[in-house]
Amino acid sequence: MPIAPGCVRLSMGPHPLRRAAQAVAAATMAGEPLMAFVWKRLLGTIPSLVGVVVLTFFISRALPGDPAAFFAGPAANAASIASIRATLGLDRPLPVQFVSYIVDLAQGNLGRSLTTGQPVLTDLLERLPASLELSSFALLFAIGIAIPMGVWAATRINGGVDHACRALVTVGAAFPTFFVGLLFVYLFYFLLGWAPQPLGRLDEIAFSPPPRVTGAYTIDAVIAGDWPVLRAALAQLILPAISLGLFALAPIARITRAAMLEALSSDFIRTARASGLPVRKILMAYAFRNVLLPVSSVLGMVFSFLLGSNVLIEQVFGWQGVGAYAVAAVIASDYAAVQGFVLMMALLYVLLNLLVDVFATLVDPRVRFEG
Amino acid sequence: MAQLQIDDLSVEFRTRHGVVRALDGVSLSVSRGEIVGVVGESGSGKSVTAYTVMGLNDAAARITKGAITMGGIDLLAARPEAMRELRGREMAMIFQSPRTALNPIRKVGKQIEDVLQEHAALPRRDLKAAAIAALARVRIPDAERRAEAYPFELSGGMCQRVMIAMALACTPSVLIADEPTTGLDVTTQAVIMDLIREMSRATQMSTLLITHDLGLAGEYCDRIAVMHAGHIVEIAPTEELLERPAHPYTRRLLAATPVPDSRLDDLNAIPGHLPDLRGALPPCRFSGRCELRQPICDEAELPWTELSPQHLVRCRFPLS
Repeated sequence: MPIAPGCVRLSMGPHPLRRAAQAVAAATMAGEPLMAFVWKRLLGTIPSLVGVVVLTFFISRALPGDPAAFFAGPAANAASIASIRATLGLDRPLPVQFVSYIVDLAQGNLGRSLTTGQPVLTDLLERLPASLELSSFALLFAIGIAIPMGVWAATRINGGVDHACRALVTVGAAFPTFFVGLLFVYLFYFLLGWAPQPLGRLDEIAFSPPPRVTGAYTIDAVIAGDWPVLRAALAQLILPAISLGLFALAPIARITRAAMLEALSSDFIRTARASGLPVRKILMAYAFRNVLLPVSSVLGMVFSFLLGSNVLIEQVFGWQGVGAYAVAAVIASDYAAVQGFVLMMALLYVLLNLLVDVFATLVDPRVRFEG
Repeated sequence: MAQLQIDDLSVEFRTRHGVVRALDGVSLSVSRGEIVGVVGESGSGKSVTAYTVMGLNDAAARITKGAITMGGIDLLAARPEAMRELRGREMAMIFQSPRTALNPIRKVGKQIEDVLQEHAALPRRDLKAAAIAALARVRIPDAERRAEAYPFELSGGMCQRVMIAMALACTPSVLIADEPTTGLDVTTQAVIMDLIREMSRATQMSTLLITHDLGLAGEYCDRIAVMHAGHIVEIAPTEELLERPAHPYTRRLLAATPVPDSRLDDLNAIPGHLPDLRGALPPCRFSGRCELRQPICDEAELPWTELSPQHLVRCRFPLS
């Protein structure tokens, strides 16, 4: 059956959202199940978090480099380094250090960064919004292109969009993000001059950051109603977000296309066609809704990849996020900062997966409240 | 004129490995309120016939010859959009494995509402009640609650009832049932078939029952067409076909069909396979498997032999 390209709706419209809201309402009305499911999943993550805590502690200690020497500076002698080591508590045996780390952690104290001199938690919370903002825009860009493309490609196998999809997937998967980032800087900043200097989140000579509410400049600028700052923040954001997004695009487009193809060839689509439902309804309400499940699980995975790739892209674009912070911390053997970063990433990862699972229970009645 | 009329229909599939001539000169008619069975082994062209009528054939299929009319409408000349509007409203289809034939993540009541919304001129607020009424019509107990169920929460037989409710929601004049009881247990099979028969009679609906089970067709159909390798080889009123099968293939099929007292030894498999439908084919596509084959079978054009006005057989040497 020919499927007109114009019939592929790019957005889902309010309808599925409303239904999702109803599903949430239904689940909460049904009482415990959804919350019980969430609690069970959260409890289930404790062993992996414990593993993360133990591993990062010992691995960061195994890194080459001596924080005391780094902290003491180039003019230090052995005695001053030793005294700094003693004040930092690094002269104690590892198990003792580990216990005191755990005790601190239990009180919500991630320690103090040697490089910034601030509590690690403060540092991370200050920088996290920048990274989340970058990753979210990258993901939005990737979703906005990959999902319509995957759907369209599946409805016209071997058509133009399908070939474009395949090419983009190959490029996105083959080129490392930092390379794409550098290429973009060279092209759009150096050669063409379309993009602003790739030096951070805002041109701070011309603009001052909006009053902090969420920490994401774009959102804060909207809240403050400061449109020039919003424009400037978006201008800074666009290149790193696209470089990151290109990398995320490949898996999303591939899964969307494959899942859509599978859905379109399934028995219930044949039934829908035999019932004379309109093409748009078959594509969106029948095929695409069945595709949401595999796509959402890939989205969760891709988002955590993105948080990881931030480390590189933030370096390239001078982005003051947690990725750049982590790189600096590793170079300086700043144990507390490295541990804090890894732990935070692990937590984000856990929460993200939980979110995906909760979404799955809303989309697919069959997975509701199982295990 | 019959409600559904298929005349001299030929369909071929263009595949990577050559052109498959799936249907060759198939003619068949179904009157109002009549149930006609199409029987044959897998690959004989039963389902292709059904899908061609519905306009749901694969893109690789090409209709090379023939005509299909339904209630006087030329289906082969109809535009895709017109065909879509006919599907679900004037002609409906039910399938085998009803559990996978329903959308797994949509409530069954909602799926029926989708069909009604498209084809019945009902205000939106009445859709739900109409869907529940459709479920109740196929005697689903507690229809109001079942409408809120997802397919995975229902048994296979219940899902097939839902499928029937969905197919009949707009009281179509033609129903095609493609192996509707395959995969259901025997008692459920009888219940589902009884339901289909009752619905056909009640609404004067023309029903095409596609099955590989001659016994099932014998029990529920008014007439039976036997298909082999894209040909209809014999067509007759049920009783006559079962008692006086004239085509060697029909006789073979009957010998391979279990009856209550038969033992495994009594059943005879049909020797050979369906011929390869690519390339050159003999006029009689059964000749390669036929014990009574004569040299002339592979030479001259194959005639229809009329044993009685209702009983036609496509064999030069019909059995009697």
